Amino acid sequence: MITNNGNGSEKGDVLLEMRGLRIEGQSDEQWHEIVHGVDVTLRRGEVLGLIGESGAGKSTIGIAAMGYARPGCRISGGTIKFDGMELTTADEGVKRKLRGSRIAYVAQSAAASFNPAHRLIDQYSETPIQHGIMSKSQAESEAKELFGRLKLPDPDTIGYRYPHQVSGGQLQRAMTAMAMSCKPDLIIFDEPTTALDVTTQIEVLAAMKKVVHEFNTAAIYITHDLAVVAQMSDRIMVLRYGDVVEEGSARQMISEPQQEYTRDLLEVRSYRKPEAEDTSGDRPLLEVSDVTAGYGNKVMILKDVGVTIHRQRTVSVVGESGSGKSTLARVITGLLPPVKGSTIYDGEEWPRSFKERSRDQLRRLQMIYQMPDVALNPKQKIREIIGRPLSFYLGITGSAREQRLKELLEMIELPHSFADRLPSELSGGQKQRICIARALAAEPELIICDEVTSALDQLVAEEILKLLQRLQDTLHVSYLFITHDLATVRAISDEVVVMLQGRVVEQGRTREIFKPPHHEYTDLLLSSVPEMDPDWLDNLLAERQARIARGEKLAQTADN
Amino acid sequence: MVEFWKLLKSAPFTAKLGLLIIVINIFVGVLAPVISPYGETEIVGAEYEPPSEQFWLGTDNLGRDMFTRMNYGARNTIGIAFITTALAFFIGSVMGLMASTLGGWVDQLLSRIVDVILSIPTLIFALLLLTIVGTTIPGVIGVIAILYSAPVFRLARAVSMNVVVLDFVEVARLRGEGLWWIIIREVLPNSMPPLVAEFGLRFCFVFLLISALSFLGLGIQPPTADWGSMVRDNATLITYGEFTPLLPAAAIAVLTVGVNFVVDWFLYKTSGLRDDH
Repeated sequence: MITNNGNGSEKGDVLLEMRGLRIEGQSDEQWHEIVHGVDVTLRRGEVLGLIGESGAGKSTIGIAAMGYARPGCRISGGTIKFDGMELTTADEGVKRKLRGSRIAYVAQSAAASFNPAHRLIDQYSETPIQHGIMSKSQAESEAKELFGRLKLPDPDTIGYRYPHQVSGGQLQRAMTAMAMSCKPDLIIFDEPTTALDVTTQIEVLAAMKKVVHEFNTAAIYITHDLAVVAQMSDRIMVLRYGDVVEEGSARQMISEPQQEYTRDLLEVRSYRKPEAEDTSGDRPLLEVSDVTAGYGNKVMILKDVGVTIHRQRTVSVVGESGSGKSTLARVITGLLPPVKGSTIYDGEEWPRSFKERSRDQLRRLQMIYQMPDVALNPKQKIREIIGRPLSFYLGITGSAREQRLKELLEMIELPHSFADRLPSELSGGQKQRICIARALAAEPELIICDEVTSALDQLVAEEILKLLQRLQDTLHVSYLFITHDLATVRAISDEVVVMLQGRVVEQGRTREIFKPPHHEYTDLLLSSVPEMDPDWLDNLLAERQARIARGEKLAQTADN
Repeated sequence: MVEFWKLLKSAPFTAKLGLLIIVINIFVGVLAPVISPYGETEIVGAEYEPPSEQFWLGTDNLGRDMFTRMNYGARNTIGIAFITTALAFFIGSVMGLMASTLGGWVDQLLSRIVDVILSIPTLIFALLLLTIVGTTIPGVIGVIAILYSAPVFRLARAVSMNVVVLDFVEVARLRGEGLWWIIIREVLPNSMPPLVAEFGLRFCFVFLLISALSFLGLGIQPPTADWGSMVRDNATLITYGEFTPLLPAAAIAVLTVGVNFVVDWFLYKTSGLRDDH
């Protein structure tokens, strides 16, 4: 089972051993097995990556390493041995002593895991004091030292801030510090960087990797991103539907995956759109110019932003969170009337607010949202969701509407029988397809896609991107793609607009943007996208160090 | 139908008991003229007769049969309380959903009016308004419905606030849908479970308030049989250690408890609240 060939094999003795782990989850008052007999072995100082799509059971297994099951779940079989101690049969008191002091947990959303009413350093000190390991002053001085090691700015004072006073990336590092506070033997990282921007992710990954190595802590790193896990782990375990698909050292897994599924995961970012001919001479479909907009009258989120989209083209807007890319979408749709600037659609200036736009204008511009879960009314059947734009805009009713509904479902590759389902009966990818069909039902010329794939698993996201591309080829629609994911940009767009702090820093055809020389911020953004190479993070950090040493100035991220 | 029986079977004992109480009350109320031995306002015996074979529960202060009056009381009190609650919910939900969907000054205006209504103790406000509009049955229904639409407004507004910010409502707005379509098709269906549960609870409050007003003499007027005024009419008997006036009081209490049992079960079912969370 233990296939420790390659890097990181010379680790200590076995710390955690799970054998034949079975976990059941409850739904509709019945128990279903969600983890089917998984074996996990972890040695001291070793980092194990658990990777898989949602529903693979990776978080459930990670949490089980603490001898714990989430509400609605139960450990139904197998053994969990932590440092010789059997956790499945241990009583709550024993396990409570272990948690925090010897096993720590870092959650995906640091913002939701911190108590907003207490200072960071007080929350840091709570666990060691509770477990009687340190006094308050000892804990505080240790905290400052650890904040420094995690490269938090002003380590001596940052701890006295409240969680809302630091950025997301800093909070995630503070959370890591908190997990480290008792010098645990094992840390479980549950998707710690998923909610962060790529540029911020790098700093958090680097900080986590550093402390885990320095304290020789064993870790379980849970993520859906193979490129990220390759940076962090010595060994990777690929999970699917509660079973182990493949296990091996990180290097081996990246260079020679054995299973079809692992290969699919590796190739997920390889899709490229064929390059379209230059159409810049034609009249643009949408021309947004000199837009300045903000909420309230004081702070402007967008400053003199201009974007041009041609027919049957895909323009991507990229940037970190807070760069104003979603605000741009709200301005174009008319949800946020701009203070200054104009929206010209097909040669005609449109009113700033959607309330003043005609029904036909509204029809010609549709939007697809990030979260298909909340973009579909849970109480309406698919027939009603897709059928409404048909009757509302185009006046199609009765059997003609049913016929059109069938065609639309065919376009998004779903059977006609789905018309009678509720959104809750569909998977995430299927829901997003329904959203696409709803937008297409209005027969628009332009569709704004706001982070449409970021809530989906990678393989599903790839399918959605390919679907959108096929639809563009047959229906000649244009897309405005808003995303923070550069892999998506590279896959689907003809042109790219890079935004930073409400301004456009660079725009042009995709091929040119991705080719050096770049604007320094584009460079930072591009170089921060994790690659499928276990040495990528180390090399990148070394290169950035060297550049700083040479006295070059690096672009600042919004986070620090 | 099959699903309904399945659901009923899985219900806890308290919910079954509550449902049984409600069903019996509705049954008695609807069939009052059939199952009662005498007429609603008919004087059939001497005053304050003890229970006997002729008068199962004795007679009241005017010599009317208590059992008959209890049956008609169920019909009147529950019927009026139900109509009142329904009206309060209609007014409160429509206003609440409008406030949250439209926002801005509509929301401000409606919310401040509701604040004013809520700042005056309900019973005192009800007494005041009833002296103005008069103590007719439509008057009682109207006054209580308006007073109780205020907390319903609050709830409907709070619940739908969480719904109107969701993307599917934005989709409908961007599609160009009108206000009513958005309220009735998008917002209301997703705000229903808490409102339905609140309906049960509010029904109890309305029911108790009507009884209290009747007890004070400003609610349902004699000779109409009603549990609240029946308690008052026979209140003197309490001094003599008789249980007759306690019967309508007990009926009020039992129905309130029964409705609450069912509401608890419904809330548990719909809100996803589980004991282990």
